Amino acid sequence: MKILFFGIAKDIVGKSIVEFQNEILFPIKVGTLKADLINKYPALGDISSLAIALNSRYATDDMLVSQQDEIAIIPPVSGG
Amino acid sequence: MNINIKIVSEIDTAIGYRYLAHDESGGHCIFIGSVRNSTQNETVHELFFEAYESMALLEMEKIASEAMQKWNLQKVIMHHVVGTKKVKEPVVLVGASSAHREACFEACRFLIDTLKKRVPIWKKEFFENKKVWVTPHP
Repeated sequence: MKILFFGIAKDIVGKSIVEFQNEILFPIKVGTLKADLINKYPALGDISSLAIALNSRYATDDMLVSQQDEIAIIPPVSGG
Repeated sequence: MNINIKIVSEIDTAIGYRYLAHDESGGHCIFIGSVRNSTQNETVHELFFEAYESMALLEMEKIASEAMQKWNLQKVIMHHVVGTKKVKEPVVLVGASSAHREACFEACRFLIDTLKKRVPIWKKEFFENKKVWVTPHP
């Protein structure tokens, strides 16, 4: 299962796509996935806010992530 | 719907009026954001923009549709760049056309303000001796 990282989150994990094998057990809630990722990469916890997108849409913490979803980590946006 | 959404490598600033012009429109409001040469008194040489493209396009479409629902507009355009941009180069163009100016002025401000809050695009500032991802100021 792959997770996409952008901006400062990409710098923290060192690449834009990280492959996870058996470290994450599905189905998992967005909030739990976020906590697991911060556990693995503590510097992610220092970012002022961290959103997760499922299939290109902002997800809330109580949503369930399935293995087929495209998962992306969205640090605070700064376009414009 | 009359919306034009793009992630581009270069902004064509003339496209604003070209796209927005409409028989029923008497007003066109276009905002263009560009690279400024400083941030908090530090010299900025260039900016680098990265986008989660599929989601950025989807979010911009949502914002444009919201504007269409809130105001009586003929057309809405939202273009944003990715890649490296030098001082003075345009990085974002948003705009709206309407029968009278009030609607397009208000819509244009909504478009850029909401883009900055929601669209997954990130910028990195290149200073003399460092580069940093920009953290937005609330």
